[in-house]
Amino acid sequence: MYLHNQVIQGLREKKRAALARAVTLVESGSEHAPHILEQAYKLKGRSKIVGITGSPGVGKSTLVDSLIGVIRERGHSVGVIAVDPSSPFTGGAILGDRVRLRSRTTDDGVFFRSLASRGYLGGLSRHTGEVITLFEAFGFDYILVETVGTGQSEVDIMRYAHSVLVVMAPGLGDDIQAIKAGILEIGDVFCVNKADRPDADRDVAVLEAMLALNKDWQWKPPVVKTVASQGKGVPELLDKIDEHLEFLKQSNLLEERVSRSYLAALEANLRRETVDLILSKARSDGTLAHALKQLSEGKTYPAALAKQLVKTYLIRRND
Amino acid sequence: MERKIRVLVGKPGLDGHDRGAKVIARSFRDAGMEVIYSGLHRTPEELARMAVEEDVDVVACSILSGAHNTLLPRVVECLKKEKGTDELDVLVLAGGIIPAEDVEFLKQNGVDEVFGPGTSTQEIVEYTKANLKR
Repeated sequence: MYLHNQVIQGLREKKRAALARAVTLVESGSEHAPHILEQAYKLKGRSKIVGITGSPGVGKSTLVDSLIGVIRERGHSVGVIAVDPSSPFTGGAILGDRVRLRSRTTDDGVFFRSLASRGYLGGLSRHTGEVITLFEAFGFDYILVETVGTGQSEVDIMRYAHSVLVVMAPGLGDDIQAIKAGILEIGDVFCVNKADRPDADRDVAVLEAMLALNKDWQWKPPVVKTVASQGKGVPELLDKIDEHLEFLKQSNLLEERVSRSYLAALEANLRRETVDLILSKARSDGTLAHALKQLSEGKTYPAALAKQLVKTYLIRRND
Repeated sequence: MERKIRVLVGKPGLDGHDRGAKVIARSFRDAGMEVIYSGLHRTPEELARMAVEEDVDVVACSILSGAHNTLLPRVVECLKKEKGTDELDVLVLAGGIIPAEDVEFLKQNGVDEVFGPGTSTQEIVEYTKANLKR
């Protein structure tokens, strides 16, 4: 039996080792990956996909631990995908999100997988979209996707999640931060964590004021205060996430978000395929070496060369 | 793309000292591996579950409490149970304060290698790369 058939069989039977191996094969671009993904797309049901993002140290991992507890108490299963950064020098990584997972490590209704970003800069890893599909095939009720600690513009999570939770902590910025573009625009639900610290109420007020500037919300993102380390406010937070998902369903926006995630996956794969195709063709017929030489001699520039390569290899001559 | 080597650095049992675990985690990282750190005070059952979900190539346990003869064979046992096979494709390593006379017992019980105090991190990394099981 081929490895991928074994893995697919295991996914159907809900074997955790099979899901774990499937993720490894997809992440490493194995020859088995396309077969597994093809079946995963057929198997997948409807999980609630929740993205969790925010700056380093605001308490995302602790909040995930706490959310897992509430989700399990309500009788639902949950898969977690946690992304941490890879070293740009060695490619190695320390994946530390498990350290905060204290209570539910051996709970059969929980599956936790750490991913390294592997040089990908949008806050996720190159294959996170595909890993989500594998988790959907396994049939979790909820899938939580925790991004790397983000700065201001790592907004890839919005392309894959149905609902995006932006986590903040008191004292990290004034009201000019709150009107900047980027991460604050993608939140469906906001959470001010570590709310037992001073300034929490002020930060909530600043956020509320920022959100009030937009007059025509279809869904006005709620702001919830939590103390994740004590579980405070976390049931209310999950309620708000559920409310948002219900809103998406009622207003037919869920289909739009799902189709957005398909587009994101398609786009990522198209880029990979076309870049590989053009480079391998240009490499084998000597064009690439010639082009690099022309670049170094200043006879052309990269943007022009890219256009020319696309013309040569992708557009048929009689078009 | 080649497959990355993934390592679980585990702290089984009740000792609360993880400087060594963090140093070795960092060394694996610098050797280009992806390292999952378990955090302190884990049971063998928890470590085995983590190893399966993270699909690691290596489980490296750091233990300073003296309970290695109890905990480490139990980690191996739990791994076999979680994986549903006696033929583990995971390299099991141990480090910390482990007396020389206990090493043979641990090796008979499924631990592949034991590294004592003073071992260079480079030696551990090289051993790991040379002895992967898959």
